[in-house]
Formats: sequence, structure tokens, C-alpha cells
Amino acid sequence: MHTKVEAEPLKEEMSGAEIFIQALKNEKVELLFGYPGGAVLPIYDALYKMPIKHVLARHEQGAIHAAEGYARVSGKPGVVIATSGPGATNLVTGITDAMMDSLPLVIFTGQVARGVIGTDAFQEADVVGITMPITKHNFQVRQISDLPRIVKEAFYIATTGRPGPVLVDIPKDISAEVMSPNFELEVDLPGYQPTLSPNVLQIKRLLEAVKNAKRPVVLAGAGVLHAKASEQLLAFVEQNNLPVVNTLLGLGTFPAEHPLNLGMGGMHGTYAANMAMYECDLLISIGARFDDRLTGNLKHFAPKATVAHIDVDPAEIGKNVTTQIPIVADAKEALTKLNEECDAKPNISEWLAHLTTYKEQYPLWYNNCEKEISPQHLIELVHECTAGNAIVTTDVGQHQMWAAQYYRFNAPNRWVTSGGLGTMGFGFPAAIGAQLADREANVVALVGDGGFQMTLQEMSLLTELDLPVKIVIVNNNALGMVRQWQETFYEQRYSQSIMQHQPDFVKLAESYGIRGIQVTSEEQAKEVLQETLNKREPILIDCRVSRMENVYPMIAPGKGLHEMIGVKR
Amino acid sequence: MKRRIVSATVNNQSGVLHRITGLFTKRQFNIESITVGVTEIEGVSKMTFVVNVEDDRQVEQLIKQLNKQIDVLKVSDITDQAIVARELALIKVISNAQTRSEISGIVELFRASIIDVSRESVTVQVTGDSEKMDAIIDLLRPYGIKELARTGITAFPRGSQKSVANMKQYSLLK
Repeated sequence: MHTKVEAEPLKEEMSGAEIFIQALKNEKVELLFGYPGGAVLPIYDALYKMPIKHVLARHEQGAIHAAEGYARVSGKPGVVIATSGPGATNLVTGITDAMMDSLPLVIFTGQVARGVIGTDAFQEADVVGITMPITKHNFQVRQISDLPRIVKEAFYIATTGRPGPVLVDIPKDISAEVMSPNFELEVDLPGYQPTLSPNVLQIKRLLEAVKNAKRPVVLAGAGVLHAKASEQLLAFVEQNNLPVVNTLLGLGTFPAEHPLNLGMGGMHGTYAANMAMYECDLLISIGARFDDRLTGNLKHFAPKATVAHIDVDPAEIGKNVTTQIPIVADAKEALTKLNEECDAKPNISEWLAHLTTYKEQYPLWYNNCEKEISPQHLIELVHECTAGNAIVTTDVGQHQMWAAQYYRFNAPNRWVTSGGLGTMGFGFPAAIGAQLADREANVVALVGDGGFQMTLQEMSLLTELDLPVKIVIVNNNALGMVRQWQETFYEQRYSQSIMQHQPDFVKLAESYGIRGIQVTSEEQAKEVLQETLNKREPILIDCRVSRMENVYPMIAPGKGLHEMIGVKR
Repeated sequence: MKRRIVSATVNNQSGVLHRITGLFTKRQFNIESITVGVTEIEGVSKMTFVVNVEDDRQVEQLIKQLNKQIDVLKVSDITDQAIVARELALIKVISNAQTRSEISGIVELFRASIIDVSRESVTVQVTGDSEKMDAIIDLLRPYGIKELARTGITAFPRGSQKSVANMKQYSLLK
């Protein structure tokens, strides 16, 4: 696994900061998300003269979530810079989020000068120690001559194999030191050799299992997106006529409106998807990691199935679910091979008919609220008004689940959500990054009133960078999912889940120089969304939705896939 | 619980031990001991872990997680191979003129050595496998152990696997 670097001989002496910027240019970085501070002043000084665009977030958490949104939509690594100490610790949530959802980020933190590391110096934090368990890998630059190599390796590690965040800690005196750099490097990491090509024997075993299966189902996760393998997935599925379940993060890998799609599986998945996983005799997982929110109680997860697991990370195979057919490979390479080798399709018309019955008899449902806006209907309106092809970002919670259920994603890389970590405050800055990655796209930040208040200061960027992001607040005046759980599992003791005082979001938007509109009825919502969602300007729409609405159906904690509650029969 | 001995070769870089113990903590693996030291190759260290796992799946997961670390070059569970595994213990035993010769008798039997003597105590150094350590400690305990330090196991596969696989060196203690 050697990558030849284009040599760019730069004979003259450069400072560490200049070497760093040059190294970023060599990696074709076009955008930095960050926030300056003492320990990165030499880097920001070098940046002053350089043509790389820098986005000044208003909080480091905003910067890193924006970088995540950028990475998710562009497929390129998101690059983040923060200063030492508090700058770096403010990134911790975003780094963990990127780690859980396998997003390629390269994060640079300033560090105090080498001479004072370990003395509890001003703005010193052991960032390498802090971020070790939440990064794919991290580095501290100990001498200036290592800087070009470390930057090269950081980008290589972040973007290859299973993507993930890589952090590089740069002491201030290294940024200031001067040397003649050598950028002619090869990445040589003997301890890091991701397996991308599948084992042909295992591929044949899987195809044999597919051929003989009576009740097969495909589970498509975000690994399909990372491998850019949606086309190959569609071909494989259609060739064999297999039903498909998507994970939360895998939405859009397979068209929502395709007749073979059963919808999302898991805690708030569809009845058809969950029963398919419960009743199947062959489960083919592609780039999914069997999160507990997907599997429910593992005892009842695919109890009758032979499990085939395709994953580029060997440690995912067998981690949660016992696997009979393990395939360590990049999803695209595995699917391509499967499509090549496939010779006969299984005879499963009965199974498909059975699943269709489930789809028809137990669809997603919601109550029409008479006086207020039904949040589910609000999502359907957003879907309608954006013709289903907006980039939708969310935080975690009720609005996220409704978006997953009712915004039907037919294409990959349109759905940006915080899956594994479930991060409040993710959605809005991620929308900024998404819009920067795709200037033409219609970007909608679907956020809750709780999460939005965690990162709303980033509204400054909408005017500053001229980003036509639409903020749709699904405002129920509460931490909706917390309130729902308290209602269901804590006998309606609403401990600290109702917001007693909310800001005037419209005025808040106006104070940041963007238009704000409050909507309180479905009729008004439809009108406003139709009028605003396709405008090329940032707009905040504060939608007052029904306060007591809950997300259904649901698998209660500790229950199995077949024990869904809130299924309409 | 099963006891497994896992051997890993790693890049000898600062922070690697932290990286690996952090991984054990994060993934809830139960460590009995870790030893680290340099190898014949410059820049490469060897670590030996003794871990207690519930089943084979857990040890497989442990090895996979270790393999994911970029600074880890090679990992193997060597428990079932023919291996050379050694531990060192220093034991400070209360002793006086009457008991000293008894103690030195035990020490000789174990091919251990007395490396320090004072008026009230002797310090015994012993190397061998864990059972041998346990056995000598058991025998010395009645005299009164003032201080005890064990290194944990360091191990690697034997030079030739089959021929010496069943040779037990300390038959005396079994």
C-alpha cells in the first residue's frame, strides 16, 4: 500500500507553519474549518498569505460538525484546525461523532511549545491522550522534519480502509521553526494494510447461500456510501430480486421508493424491515455494524438466519452478531465481485409476497393533529417542497427519526445525520458544511428546538459565506425524545425535558441577518415551505408542531425485532 | 474465564502502551498482566498480554481490535502454541538465623536465588512460569512476606514447535 507523492521540490527554507500549509496544498485541501488561538498563531499567519479558504466557525464544535457535513457530502476529508487546550477539547464531541460514523476528518490542533509540554502551561491539554480512544489514529509532531510525513500519513489513514478521524497535534515552536522541507515521501505503514479485495471463496459461499435461500434479506449500511457502491448494490439486488433493509445511516444507499425496499430497520424502523430481519434465513449485511439501535435484543436478532457480513473493518465482523460468512472487503469491490460471479437467482417469490403484505398492512402512520402541525406531516411537506432531492441534515431525537421515516431518500449522500453518537447540535453546522461541499444543492437543516440551541451561533456563517441553508426547526418546546421516553418508561415524570423559556427564533434569525418565519398551522406551513425552500437565501422557519407527538412504531429497550409497539394494524 | 497469552509486536513509539491499555479499557478486556520491552529489531518492541476472556469470540475480538491499531505490526494468541513463557518475582521474606537455612533450602529447590540478606529478611529472586511463582510464594508465605513484586509474563513461541511441545521443565512442582 504505497502512494507515490508528487514531488514538489521547494528548496528554500520554510517555517513549520508554511510547511504545514504546503503539505495541505499537496493533499489538495481546498477548505479549512477552524478557529484561531495562541498555539496556532504561526499557522494562521502562514494561512494569511495562502489561497486556501478558511471558514471561521463561532465555536470549535461548529467547525468540526461543518467539516463532518462537508466530508459526508463531498466524499473528501474534512479538515479542521483548532488551538491548544480549550480549542482542542471543544472538538472532542465532533471527533467522537466522526469516529462513530466513520467520517474522514483530519484534525490539526495547536499545542504549547515543546519546552513547556507537561508543565500545565497556559492552554495546555494532553490532546493526544484525550483523543486516543476517539480517533482512528493520532500524532504529535516531535520534530519539524517529521511534519510533511505526518500530514501525509494523517490524510492517508483518514481516507483509506474504514474512514475515520485522525488528529495531528503540532507544538507552537515547531510551527515557528525553520527548515528546508522534503515533500518527496511515500506512505509506508507496515502496521496498516486495509484489505479491500474480497476472498473469492467467501464470495462463492455467499452466492451459494443466496441461491439456496428461501427468505434472504440485504441490510445496507453506510459502508456502501463510503465505498460509493450504490450502483453495484442496486445491480446486485435487482439481479437476485432481494429485499433490502437500510440502516439509519444507510438511507439513500438504495432508493427508498424502489419496490424491493422495506425501509429502515431498528428501533424506529418499519414493521416490514424488522420482521424481514427477524424471519429471514439469510441476512447479508453490507457496510453495517449491527448497532444496538438496529438489532434490538441480540437474542431475537435474525435468529433463524445464516449471517453474511461484508465489511472493510475485520473487527466489525463477529463483534456483535455471530457471522457464518465473513467477507473483509470494500463494499464496492465485494459487490462488483458478487455481481460478476452471480449465475442463478433464488426462487423467493413467496417471501417477497409475504413481505409486501407486511408493507401494505403495517405502514408507517401518524395522527393528524387538528389544530397544530403534525411533525410527521411537516417532514412530508419538506419532502414535497424539495422534490425529495434536498440534502437533509439533522441532530438526534424525534425530528431525526421522523426525517428518517418520512423523507424518502432515493439517492446517496443526501442524508447527513449523527447516527452512532447521537449528537445534539450536529445538524445545523453539518448543513453549513454540506452546502459548502455542494453549492448548488438545496440544503435543509431539520433540527429540534433543543439541539439547535446548542450550535445556533453558526448562523453568522450563513450571511458571511452567503449560504442558502434552510433551517427548519421542528419546535415542540421540549427535548422531544427524552419527553417521549419519560412518558413511556418513567410514568410521565417529565424531569427537565420541557423548555420553560425559548428564545424568539425569528428575531434571533433577524439579528444574524437572515429571514425568520414562524409557522403555527399546517396550512401556513405548506405555504411557507413552498415559498421558501427553493429560494437561494438562508431562511429560518420555526415550526410550532404538536407538543405531545411520539415516534412510532418502536422497539422498546431490551425487546426483540418482532416485539414492536405502536404498529398500526 | 479463560486465560490467554497474546503476543504483539509494535512500533516502539511514545504513547503506544497508552494506546493499547486505553483500548483494553475502552473495550472492557480484563488484563492480568502486560509486559513490554525492545526486540532484536530497532524501533520494534514486543508486548505480552495475559488476559482473561469469556470465550473464543472475545479473544478474537481482542486480536482484531489490536490489529486495527496502526502502531501494531503483528498480534497472535500464542496460548495453545509451544511457547517459552517466563515471569520474574522478587520476594522479601522475613527471616532470622533459625529460618534462613530453611528458606535457602526452598530457594535451591526452585533454582531461585537469594539476592539480598539483612538481619530480618532475605530477598529471593525467582524466574519461571506463573505456576512456579505461585508455588514458591505459597511455600514462603508462612515465614511472612514483607514485600512482593512480579513482572508479569513475557513470552514467545519456541524455536521448534512439535518436538518440545510437552516438555515440562518444573516437574518437581507439579
